[in-house]
Amino acid sequence: MTESTYRIQGATGEWEVVVGLEVHAQITTNAKLFSGAATAFGAEPNTQVSLVDAAMPGMLPVPNRECIRQAVRTGMAIDAQINKWSRFDRKNYFYADLPQGYQISQLYHPIVGEGQIAIVLDEKNPDTSTKVIGVERIHVEQDAGKLMHDQHPTSSYVDLNRSGVALMEIVSKPDMRSPAEAGAYLSKLRTILRYVGSCDGNMDQGSMRADVNVSVRKPGEAFGTRTETKNVNSVRFVMAVVEHEASRQVDVLEAGGKIVQETRLYDPDRNETRSMRSKEDAHDYRYFPDPDLLPLELDDAFLEECRASLPELPDVKRKRYEQALGLSAYNATTLTADADTARWFETLVAEAARIQGKSESDVAKASANWLLSELYGALNRLGKTLDTSPVGPTDGAELLALVADGTISGTIAKQVFEIMLETGDKPAKIVEEKGLKQTSDTGAIEAAVAKVLADNGDKVEQYRGGKEALFGFFVGQTMKAMQGKANPQVVNELVKKGLAG
Amino acid sequence: MTDITDLTVAEIRDGFRAGDFSAREVASAFNANVATAKALNAFIVETPDSALAAADAADAARAAGDLKPLSGVPIGMKDLFCTQGVQTTAASHMLEGFVPTYESTVSGKLWAAGAGMLGKLNLDQFAMGSSNETSYYGNVISPWRRNDGGNAALAPGGSSGGSSSAIAARLCPAATGTDTGGSIRQPAAFTGISGIKPTYGRCSRWGIVAFASSLDQAGPMARTVRDNALLLEVMAGFDPKDSTSLDLAVPQWEANLSSDLRGKTVGIPREYRPDGLNAEIAALWDQGIAWLKDAGATVVDVSLPHTKYALPTYYIIAPAEASSNLARYDGVRYGQRDLPDGAGLQDMYAATRAAGFGPEVKRRIMIGTYVLSAGFYDAYYTQAQKVRALIARDFEQAFEQCDLLLTPTAPSAAFTLGEKQADPLAMYLNDVFTVPASLAGLPAMSVPGGLDAAGLPLGLQIIGKALDEQTVLNAGLAIEERAGFVARPDKWW
Repeated sequence: MTESTYRIQGATGEWEVVVGLEVHAQITTNAKLFSGAATAFGAEPNTQVSLVDAAMPGMLPVPNRECIRQAVRTGMAIDAQINKWSRFDRKNYFYADLPQGYQISQLYHPIVGEGQIAIVLDEKNPDTSTKVIGVERIHVEQDAGKLMHDQHPTSSYVDLNRSGVALMEIVSKPDMRSPAEAGAYLSKLRTILRYVGSCDGNMDQGSMRADVNVSVRKPGEAFGTRTETKNVNSVRFVMAVVEHEASRQVDVLEAGGKIVQETRLYDPDRNETRSMRSKEDAHDYRYFPDPDLLPLELDDAFLEECRASLPELPDVKRKRYEQALGLSAYNATTLTADADTARWFETLVAEAARIQGKSESDVAKASANWLLSELYGALNRLGKTLDTSPVGPTDGAELLALVADGTISGTIAKQVFEIMLETGDKPAKIVEEKGLKQTSDTGAIEAAVAKVLADNGDKVEQYRGGKEALFGFFVGQTMKAMQGKANPQVVNELVKKGLAG
Repeated sequence: MTDITDLTVAEIRDGFRAGDFSAREVASAFNANVATAKALNAFIVETPDSALAAADAADAARAAGDLKPLSGVPIGMKDLFCTQGVQTTAASHMLEGFVPTYESTVSGKLWAAGAGMLGKLNLDQFAMGSSNETSYYGNVISPWRRNDGGNAALAPGGSSGGSSSAIAARLCPAATGTDTGGSIRQPAAFTGISGIKPTYGRCSRWGIVAFASSLDQAGPMARTVRDNALLLEVMAGFDPKDSTSLDLAVPQWEANLSSDLRGKTVGIPREYRPDGLNAEIAALWDQGIAWLKDAGATVVDVSLPHTKYALPTYYIIAPAEASSNLARYDGVRYGQRDLPDGAGLQDMYAATRAAGFGPEVKRRIMIGTYVLSAGFYDAYYTQAQKVRALIARDFEQAFEQCDLLLTPTAPSAAFTLGEKQADPLAMYLNDVFTVPASLAGLPAMSVPGGLDAAGLPLGLQIIGKALDEQTVLNAGLAIEERAGFVARPDKWW
């Protein structure tokens, strides 16, 4: 466990920031929490609305089993207590985007109790820079609709597509002490949600957003008064909010003022938070148990199914990559940070091992290096992602196999890869058609080495005089002369032999 | 030939099957009675064409040999049930003009069973009231009048006052009701008919405009116990669209009707006999005890010690739930919208709800909002929930000694319209005998026992164990057979 050394330097000394996050994560299902309506993002306004979502008279909520299942699986993934008995409450308030006049949520008896999430503060040293952030609870609740203010000069319109969509509210303990920790927590949470498949984690589409609770104190003192900045929709903005809000609070306190417990809004364009409403005019939500719903009781068979369906989680996966596959901590962290990347990587490794007839640990390093440097480099350049990659894991594995069995050199492999990206052709076909097969014909290579040494007599002298670093130069020149097609091992041997003269 | 509109549901069903008359004749006869009974104001919407269409379908079905349980029977539908294509108002201005695109589960079951709809029946606004004086569409008048020669308009009871008035006046042979704290039983008692509130969860609440979710139950109202049994069989049943609906098979209540109560023990709760109980009510109660003994039952005294807390508990829980259930009527999506010039959202809410809700509804919303407020929640709502559990336990303990309970349905006969309107507490006291069974979710029924000195009907209430509607109906039948209640209001309307 590491202690944060993040401090704000004020006129009166150092201040420590205390952060807690309430993350709203939209549960990935094709139906809403209490109705059968669909949940497609970006659909035409009011096309994903059932009678229940519009709160027509006499309509009743019925819990969607899949939403409950995903919340339970998420709880299990953060090692949390699963409450076999939970209950839904109504949170009452009036707003035009809230058709029922109340949100069905879980105040008193949430479905998931205390859990924890380990964050890594230095990706190169994951094991020594881990900090555990406590999770207070996860509860399930309905989302509201959306007001549209730009449709009419004097009226607002309401889009109820999101009304009733299932959200998990994941409430952390006030365990974070810096913008970086808050960012790492949110990223890690998103990683876990994506692994579990309970939320797609797309913050730009609103399927994940955070309320950021920030307070400051002199190190060692009691917690200060906190503010809550609502609906922050990216990791970067969360970090900015913590940083900005902490400094603002220090300024207020050092000027002799007091922090008011209030709700604030973040304006990313100006990078500042603004007061939305203070505690004095906060709503009285009049929570009470929803009489339309029975308490939620989970049986052992259901819990067992939830547990059995959990995938390998990122921390376990990272350790396995390091220990069983022999990857560096950094590569293992990078490859496991995202479920899709890990899935792609594992297919690549499995295919590479199959084609080469080797074990996965034999091919894992080369696979990781190729994926993280060659493939990622190309995708970045092309503005694509793994999802849209023109080269799939099987073709990648075939390319790696051609290098491993000496058919082509690493240099040629880069050329072949470029052609694969452009044409989508199989690597073996490209090598064949373009005549890129590397040669181990010692006669041809010997001739090339002899010419390189003859052309660079001065350098040969320097080498023999002790400047051994020039060895690479002779190898490079020979490879160039062979148009990259020479087997590098053979070239190495023959250059050594030639220089030894 | 007897007047078709004097027949019971079972008689109409059986006579129609036997070919004594056509369904069209039945529907036409009731349509005619409805059309000439405007003075009772029992209907908010009359649907004679709908009744005729169902009748024609029934006649065709009979010709094809494809009869359903209620083929040929037209009924009235309390205007709290959403009916597809037919205005549904809950007797409020708020929902005036609201035409649902969907059919409530219970009404849908009735239509699927072959019943036809004579119209949407008036009620207390959002089912809040005990006299049918809170309807936006005017008071329902009871067909009954005192035998003192005066013609004071009497309350038909509430909230299902349109249903009770229409059945007593032979405008329909049966109707649906809903009962939150007595809204089926008290109007049945006031008008000399029968009505049963089944165990909470027997009938789906889907599509019924909600008053208090944990208490609302639909049930039938008709002139005989048999009619109640056969109608409830159609109305009840599991509905996956209502989470509180009971996933149980529907018993054959009608086939198992029996007034032989040998082996049954009837409990008489002493707390229902307060000092100052109306002497005629007390006498009728004693008569009821004698009738049940005559039917073979044993009678024991029992105690329901928390009875006196039932009314205050009810008037915390029901308004609390109502205050939240009625939040959806905000002028945004359907129904009434008042949008003053230059109004913002809050102004629209205020104007819409001020104009859309009547005074009793507002009173209950305010009470409910208050008892759920921060700082008052534990003192009122939490406390009320605890007392509710104690009241339910009272019944459980009493049912260790007996199989059913017999009590009066209401503390008085029908009162005159306006008599209690100025005093909400006096009005609430009318529910004193019906509310406890509602809080405990138990099946309870009112059957007519006789007339008071003024010639007005009085009812007896039978409360049963959870899910034991059969014993309730059987005891009701035993009383019905012995009471021989044939009185009917003289037609003045």
